[in-house]
Amino acid sequence: MSQSISHKRFIIHPYKFNMWLAIVAMIMMFAAFTSAYVVKKADFRYWVDVPFPQMFTFSTITILLSSVFMHLSLVTFRRNQVSLHRLFMLLTLVAGTSFLAMQIMGWQELYDNGIKLNGNVAGSFLYVISGAHFLHVAGGVIGLLVFSVFAFTRFRNPVDTLVENIHPYKQIGLELMATYWHFVDVLWLYLFFFLQYS
Amino acid sequence: MSQETTIKEHLETHVTDHDHDHDHGHHDHHQSFISKYIFSTDHKTIAKQFLVTGIIWAIVGGGLSVLFRIQLGYPDADLSWMKPLLGKWITPEGHIAPEFYNALITMHGTILVFFVLTAGLSGTFSNYLIPLMIGARDMASGFINMLSYWFFFLSSVVMAVSFFLATGPASGGWTAYPPLNALPAAASGSVAGVDYWLVSIVLFIVSVLLGGLNYITTVINLRTRGMKMFRLPLPIWAFFLTAVIGLLSFPVLLSAGVLLLFDRNLGTSFYLDQIYIGGEALANAGGSPILYQHLFWFLGHPEVYIIILPAMGIASEVLSVHSRKPIFGYTAMIYSLLAIAVLSFIVWAHHMFMTGMNPFIGSIFVIFTLIIAVPSAVKVFNWLTTLWRGNIKLTPPMMFAIGFVSLFISGGVTGIFLGNSSIDVELHDTYFVVAHFHLVMGVAAFFGMFAGIYHWFPKMFGRHMNNTLSYIHFWGTIVCAYLIFFPMHWEYMLPRRYPTHAGFDTFGMFAQLNEFITIAAMASFAFQLIFVFNFFYSIWYGRKLKEQNPYHATTLEWTTPIRPGHGNWPGDIPEVHRWAYDYSKHGRDFIPQTEPLSQYEIEHGEHGDEMDSDVIAHENDDHQS
Repeated sequence: MSQSISHKRFIIHPYKFNMWLAIVAMIMMFAAFTSAYVVKKADFRYWVDVPFPQMFTFSTITILLSSVFMHLSLVTFRRNQVSLHRLFMLLTLVAGTSFLAMQIMGWQELYDNGIKLNGNVAGSFLYVISGAHFLHVAGGVIGLLVFSVFAFTRFRNPVDTLVENIHPYKQIGLELMATYWHFVDVLWLYLFFFLQYS
Repeated sequence: MSQETTIKEHLETHVTDHDHDHDHGHHDHHQSFISKYIFSTDHKTIAKQFLVTGIIWAIVGGGLSVLFRIQLGYPDADLSWMKPLLGKWITPEGHIAPEFYNALITMHGTILVFFVLTAGLSGTFSNYLIPLMIGARDMASGFINMLSYWFFFLSSVVMAVSFFLATGPASGGWTAYPPLNALPAAASGSVAGVDYWLVSIVLFIVSVLLGGLNYITTVINLRTRGMKMFRLPLPIWAFFLTAVIGLLSFPVLLSAGVLLLFDRNLGTSFYLDQIYIGGEALANAGGSPILYQHLFWFLGHPEVYIIILPAMGIASEVLSVHSRKPIFGYTAMIYSLLAIAVLSFIVWAHHMFMTGMNPFIGSIFVIFTLIIAVPSAVKVFNWLTTLWRGNIKLTPPMMFAIGFVSLFISGGVTGIFLGNSSIDVELHDTYFVVAHFHLVMGVAAFFGMFAGIYHWFPKMFGRHMNNTLSYIHFWGTIVCAYLIFFPMHWEYMLPRRYPTHAGFDTFGMFAQLNEFITIAAMASFAFQLIFVFNFFYSIWYGRKLKEQNPYHATTLEWTTPIRPGHGNWPGDIPEVHRWAYDYSKHGRDFIPQTEPLSQYEIEHGEHGDEMDSDVIAHENDDHQS
């Protein structure tokens, strides 16, 4: 046949591509926040150094752990290890939720140290940037909740399990979840170091 | 091979139907009114939703401009007759209250820039044309696409509600600069109007981003077999790059807006510093209003290209189809679009020459700004050379496309003046600027949009619009557009955003000119109503489309049935064998993209030996037999 071009579609699933593009948009949003931070910090007349909350170190460790769990839950899902998948899914959910709790405790710590949202602009930035990240993680936790429920409802019998695992379009959901979750993790790592050492 | 095709088709069907599993495999299913016309995931319906919402907003936004033009043209007249409409915003002397005048111009700018020329233009045509022109059943995610419209709708509702606030809608300009827009005490529109404005814009950004994700993914991933990037029709390239620009710039506006919301409502000082208001010193310290301007214009400048690129793409297609000639310099057109897209991100500070920025930084922005003239000029030359010796059909879409080129040149030339910081110092915030951007991105983008609507109306609704009314609309609009905005160049020392210039002796000489412009503006608005009537009347009562391909165009949307269902092609998606612009080739009027290259034919862009006349003659024989 005259079909000279074998068109390579679906090298990357469209939903995945959508997710990567959404991540680009989120990166731009945080790039705007952090560049505003840099510009303001250069104006040293008003900038005061804000004591960075200890709790943020623990929350960083927690979200890193949650990323590991997320990865394991995806791996076990692909390998059809249902009970392990359930376990890691729950662990991710718990770690994600603890991260949110720890961020709130971190803000409490800031507040106790006299850093107010409406005080010096350095403190305001810390609240707003970590707050924007908090909202992104909160969205992710809702997703984790959904997938945890799926983990317990979808694999009732071996046939179901096989269908769920083998069908590429059923896998995509969890893969998107994992991509997003790793993104908010890396994003926090960036913010964690940026806010302390920039 | 055929089996492979079937699998691919199946997968494709699966992807596009992922969000509504109930109708697998067959597309002409029965849907309820709600799922077909309201919460539809069909890109064609969503496009029409964007279009109709955009038209409604255009009437509102244009109507506002008529109101404030009346105030400007007749500063001494008694406008008490507007009371039923504007109520307390008419002063006892019968003038539009100055604070409401500001609200009118703010809303006019916001509505037209965001709701009409971004959502209404890009939202309509990206949605409608991308799947049809690249050969896809629908967008990558129909559900996200639907969300995109409904976020726009929500955003529209919030903005519409803000008109009815006791303190009036936002009145600090469409750019919403702090501190004017950050402090409720600064202006009546800043009391609550700006909060509504910001919430509406945040929702709008979500809408643009959700839509943009889909446009980019669809163009990259869902092209039909053979549809290489360099075979795409130019509108698709334009929509694709528009979405990329939007994806990179709108999140920055989101950040800027969030910080402004914090400053307004939670007492932060991101943008506020050392302000006295009503004799009282505010506690805010350490912020910078210039920071907001940087963040805003990092979106704001790309935004003007988000508006004009789709119009450019549509005009390119329409000019080529209706002059029965390939677009001149197809590859140059693509690279110039790319160049404009890249440059759009490094020129934002040319809106800020007056902020006291370092003149050396300013001169860098001047240089980049002026460089944009190069790809813009490439495009203009290519449009003109496409027309050159073409077999021109002066149909309504063609008239508007030619009008677009005319307006783009007229408005673009003054961009060279304004891009120079030294001249901008003089011309900043005068009617010269108003004339410049209205011609180059306001009216020009509208002309691109009209060209698109007239051109694809038969595809959208299976009926034709009335030609006579279309010509009246065209001539009325282009004459009025020039009558409004050409004289404004003479008002190069008249400041913008003044509700009246009556108190200044210097500006007395412009009184009659202002009146003249107002009359032209009112006439222009009346001509748009003709279009609105023609549009809605023709949807239901227009002459029926009998031919599948009324313009004898090469592109894929004309290979679908006259009224395509959800999924666009009833059978397999056609395969593409050539670029989109084989017009008047080898003695044939047009060759559809779906037709394989013949034995002796060389594809556009591939270098072969010059074909000798024998071969061409041979080709002609083949096709005429």
